[in-house]
Amino acid sequence: MNFDFSDDQKLLKEQVRKFLADKCPTKVVRRVLDGNEAYAEEVWKGLVDLGVPATAIPEEYGGLGLSPLELCVIAEEIGRAAAPVPFDSSVVLATEALKLAGSDAQKKKWLPELANGKAIGTLAVAEGAQPPRPRNIRTTFGGGKLNGKKVPVIDGDAATFAVVLANTGGQGSNPGDRAVSLVLVDLSQPAVKKQRVETIDPARKQAELTFDGASAELLGAEGEGWSLLERLYDAAAVYFAFAQVGGAEAAMWMARDYALQRQAFGRLIGSYQAIKHKLADCYVKLELARSNAYYGAMMLTDGGADLPLAAAAARIAATDAYDFAAKENIQTHGGIGFTWEADTQFHYRRARVMALSLGGPMAWKDKLVTRLEQKNAA
Amino acid sequence: MDFNDTPEEAAFRKEVRAWLDANATRKSDDKQSFRARNDDPELLKKAREWQAKKAAAGYARMTWPKEFGGRGASPILQVIYQQEESNYLVPLGFFDIGLGMCIPTMMAYASPEQLKRYVKPALHGEEIWCQLFSEPAAGSDVAGIRTRAERDGDGWVINGQKVWTSGAHYSDFGIIITRTDPTVPKHQGLTMFFLSMKTPGVEVRPIKQMSGGANFNEVFFTDVRIPDSQRLGKVGEGWKAALTTLMNERLAVGMPSGGLDVDELMELARDTDLEDGPAIRNQQVRSRIADWYVQQQGLKLTRYRTLTALSKGQTPGPESSIIKIVAAPKMQDMGAFAMELMGPAGVMKEEIPQAGGFQAQWIGGAGFRIAGGTDEILRNIVAERVLGLPADVRVDKDIPFNKLGK
Repeated sequence: MNFDFSDDQKLLKEQVRKFLADKCPTKVVRRVLDGNEAYAEEVWKGLVDLGVPATAIPEEYGGLGLSPLELCVIAEEIGRAAAPVPFDSSVVLATEALKLAGSDAQKKKWLPELANGKAIGTLAVAEGAQPPRPRNIRTTFGGGKLNGKKVPVIDGDAATFAVVLANTGGQGSNPGDRAVSLVLVDLSQPAVKKQRVETIDPARKQAELTFDGASAELLGAEGEGWSLLERLYDAAAVYFAFAQVGGAEAAMWMARDYALQRQAFGRLIGSYQAIKHKLADCYVKLELARSNAYYGAMMLTDGGADLPLAAAAARIAATDAYDFAAKENIQTHGGIGFTWEADTQFHYRRARVMALSLGGPMAWKDKLVTRLEQKNAA
Repeated sequence: MDFNDTPEEAAFRKEVRAWLDANATRKSDDKQSFRARNDDPELLKKAREWQAKKAAAGYARMTWPKEFGGRGASPILQVIYQQEESNYLVPLGFFDIGLGMCIPTMMAYASPEQLKRYVKPALHGEEIWCQLFSEPAAGSDVAGIRTRAERDGDGWVINGQKVWTSGAHYSDFGIIITRTDPTVPKHQGLTMFFLSMKTPGVEVRPIKQMSGGANFNEVFFTDVRIPDSQRLGKVGEGWKAALTTLMNERLAVGMPSGGLDVDELMELARDTDLEDGPAIRNQQVRSRIADWYVQQQGLKLTRYRTLTALSKGQTPGPESSIIKIVAAPKMQDMGAFAMELMGPAGVMKEEIPQAGGFQAQWIGGAGFRIAGGTDEILRNIVAERVLGLPADVRVDKDIPFNKLGK
């Protein structure tokens, strides 16, 4: 039985943790939240120097060629710090999309740039009010040109390129579905407009991208967009789960530390069972999430057949743990926890953004049961 | 990461399988078990025989030192033995309290002669032990016990009542915590003893449980005389001895196994028609199934993390403290939900094939949330020991026991 990270991986985790504790304390998160900068550049540059974006990129494409496990421990630390850097967008979604569906030429062009931090990538799927489905994607791609609007796109204004889900014409695999494909588009061309949008978490900037005949190319086979996206989301769900576990743990300890200093009715609030049991529940959810996330990491690394199920379980458990810890952290703080000046808001905001960006718990629970049915039928 | 054995573990697993194949019957599927209740005398006889076989082969308590019939082995090997044994139709459960809690307490406090006398018969299933701790007025707050032990010449006289004593009706011996000095605060006036359940003045009355079974008992002590040589630890240090016992309870890496789970719930949901088609297509049903699957997997995988530490010879982290907090309400809630799926007939004992199993979970869950530490006490433990939050305010901590209000 070896269901744990190696000593080397734990060392890497410690290294990233120390770096972020030093260079990305909560006042940096606050600076980005309050300000106009797209992300914390000095933190990002430091992470690039540490090799973070290069971690899971193969050596032949300029990366470090490490396994998903190394990226998982890093994700946990990024989540713990609520770091305002393009990790989820670039290191997870864009990098994994290229690894999953990119041609050799596409990988040669972009992966080395992602690895050395010259490029920032992102994924653009949603188109406003409706949760994205193959039947409601209106952005089109044909004859090498991309037309349409994507919003919200995380790091959309800072990104160098985007992987876009677009309608490529014709009938999809289910009745009423249109054929959708993944498309790779360079965002530095004039036919792309970037407009920042306001969201619940200004520490992670999002944008609206408008494509007006922008030059683009297919990423992966035409018409395979939705199934590629599902596979991309499975991998991303595991990395996100680690980030959510890190964030949940940070929120839990923030609440605990406050409960050990705040007095009410003549004693520490942490001595009341109403607080103790709430925080014990945070711990219970956290450990359920951690265990499910570990299994997701294991399946991702081994290319295991259980990945779709493991990823869904990790996603559901980690989303629950982070949401719960983030909101009960505010509750434990009482009124001061609801002020702009308190750090409690960072995790509350981030937890919700992370919960929604790959599809919310309701959608993942449905997916999980479908996958369980498939497994049981097999 | 992997779930594989080390070469040493794999070799041991192979040895265990060969031994089990030669000595027991393999289950036809993993849900099969000795369904009979453990107050069945035939079952006890079979359990004793199985325990004796196991002990003779050196599998009964592998972590114990050789002199006590163990192998001085790593806990992971004992877990591997238990994993393998769970695939066979063998009667279990009668000796866990004795070997898991009572005898380890004896090892900490009894004389070499006493250990020579008691350990072997317990290990081989010849003598069964119970733990006489809880009382009508002392459940979660076990230090509040009132059973008195008073000096009488070179011995002691015990008067009082214990309750919820699992297996007392078939036990030969017990360890008992008593109050020897009511004039000091409650934790300070306690003393631990062991005694034969056949001692004159000991009366065991089984308690019928809500589930219909009667696995635990009330035990009355009326002028029960025992020699001072049966004292475990110093006079007034019974709380320390009790903590030794309870710590051993916590070391037992255990989780309820068998019983119905998510697979059976899905089966039921496939077979059940709701207004809009099979229940398995209903989003509310799917959402509940997903939640319980995540918990079921989470518990299994958390246990794997603990086993990983054991396998590497490390001390496991506190993660296993979540297991009963999650498993017990899940058992109760899932049972109730499955019954709801069955509609009004969900209350009937024999109308629907799976009903009995889910009803048993619903009933059993109510007890499981209390036994061996309530949901609430377990949350206190997590909050205090894992998160470092303060202990509850104890208004009775410094007051002599006999000055406390009733």
